[in-house]
Amino acid sequence: MTSISLNVNGRQVSGEAEDRTLLVEFLRTNLGMTGTHVGCDTSQCGACVVHVDGQAVKSCTMLAVQANGSDVTTIEGLASNGTLHPVQKAFHENHGLQCGFCTPGMIMAATDMIRRHGSALDEKTVRQELEGNICRCTGYHNIVKSILAAAAEMGDAQQAAE
Amino acid sequence: MYETNYHRASSVSEAASLLAGSDEAKLLAGGQTLIPTMKQRLAAPSDVVDIRHIAELKGISVSGSKVTIGAATSHAEVAQSADIANVCPALCGLAAHIGDPHVRHMGTIGGSIANNDPAADYPAAMVALDATIHTNNRTISASDFFVGLFETALDEGEIVTAVSFDAPSKAAYQKFPNPASRYAMAGVFVAQGNGGIRVGVTGAGSEGVFRSSEMEEALASDFSPAALDAIAVDPAGMLADIHGSAVYRANLVKVMARRAVAAAG
Ligand SMILES: Cc1cc2nc3c(=O)[nH]c(=O)nc-3n(C[C@H](O)[C@H](O)[C@H](O)COP(=O)(O)OP(=O)(O)OC[C@H]3O[C@@H](n4cnc5c(N)ncnc54)[C@H](O)[C@@H]3O)c2cc1C
Ligand code: FES
Ligand code: FES
Repeated sequence: MTSISLNVNGRQVSGEAEDRTLLVEFLRTNLGMTGTHVGCDTSQCGACVVHVDGQAVKSCTMLAVQANGSDVTTIEGLASNGTLHPVQKAFHENHGLQCGFCTPGMIMAATDMIRRHGSALDEKTVRQELEGNICRCTGYHNIVKSILAAAAEMGDAQQAAE
Repeated sequence: MYETNYHRASSVSEAASLLAGSDEAKLLAGGQTLIPTMKQRLAAPSDVVDIRHIAELKGISVSGSKVTIGAATSHAEVAQSADIANVCPALCGLAAHIGDPHVRHMGTIGGSIANNDPAADYPAAMVALDATIHTNNRTISASDFFVGLFETALDEGEIVTAVSFDAPSKAAYQKFPNPASRYAMAGVFVAQGNGGIRVGVTGAGSEGVFRSSEMEEALASDFSPAALDAIAVDPAGMLADIHGSAVYRANLVKVMARRAVAAAG
């Protein structure tokens, strides 16, 4: 057992876990944060995507101890004071989800994508970068639409702020 | 996953002694191959030695035409490196098409070449760029480094610290990705450098990455896609699996080679 400390969504947390514990298990089981999902056993579906030190990673393909001392952002950390994050709002408005199982990973992948590309994000790039996120329901069209809408809104907000 | 003990090394020498301290220890870099393998219980190291936080293993330096990439440098860092893009944009393009963004944030060049998956992308570039693989006790030329399927010239406990190469005057990489995994079904890296033209082929060979001397000769006299028309890739040396037959892969190699030559211009 190792004592693991993380800063999750701005809150310092710690817990004891076996070294083989995956980050996603630590989040879900030790911390009770079940927003991050597990959709596969093979590191391919992206339902488990969280940000570690600012970058999107698959939390099922990282040991919790590997993240010891890191900043982690999960889907639970996006909304602030009951107001949805622009990406969450865009998924809601554009019908970017059906069963919702893939959605936490999609949204964490989308916020990472927008961080890297800003409002320059185009459809081709979104589709290419969704390679690591699988959705069995939507057929992706509305997911792509949601991400592009959020990128445009966040870009405008950034410009207005400048 | 079976039980394991995690160690975080802060230097290469510490990593080496941690490895030496256990018969069944393995290095853990980005974990994008090792962790999935451990989850499937196909690997069960008693100890894993995390080298992702070792500063001396990270970073990219370009001086003149000499490019050096630390072993723990992520695929995303190579993809986004303006310094590498200046001298060898083909390598940035290759890195940008490994797996998906999440895999690229964690996966490293050292882990990729040490693993030597027959469908991995970097080995084709290393062979075509005539790269040198630096370890904690020697340097190995890429042509000697990749030995066979998942097999390299690395000794037990040896650590890849960096790769280096002279930037080519032109180069390009084209791959036909498996539509599900994004690994190469056939990937061809073509480079024209001081030592002539080199063609590295991944994803297709039954012994892993290889050079096509036939294509190299044809391109030496005429660097154009048409120069490859007369070449017949022999299916006998090709991988065959549920994703494609040997004949299919032999054809893909030629198609990817033609596209790479066209892209290199
Ligand atoms: C969904 C998915 C898609 C992928 N798609 C592609 C793809 O399209 N193309 C592609 O090429 N790869 C692909 N990969 C593999 C990915 O590139 C891995 O990052 C890479 O193969 C291994 O690098 P790593 O740093 O993650 O190594 P790890 O998984 O940490 O280690 C792999 C092996 O190398 C050893 N090792 C690691 N570093 C060193 C070192 N410095 N010296 C000696 N030994 C070392 C480890 O002990 C282990 O045996 C994919 C992976 C996933 C999960
Ligand atoms: S649960 Fe992590 S990729 Fe599927
Ligand atoms: S909405 Fe059901 S898997 Fe994506």
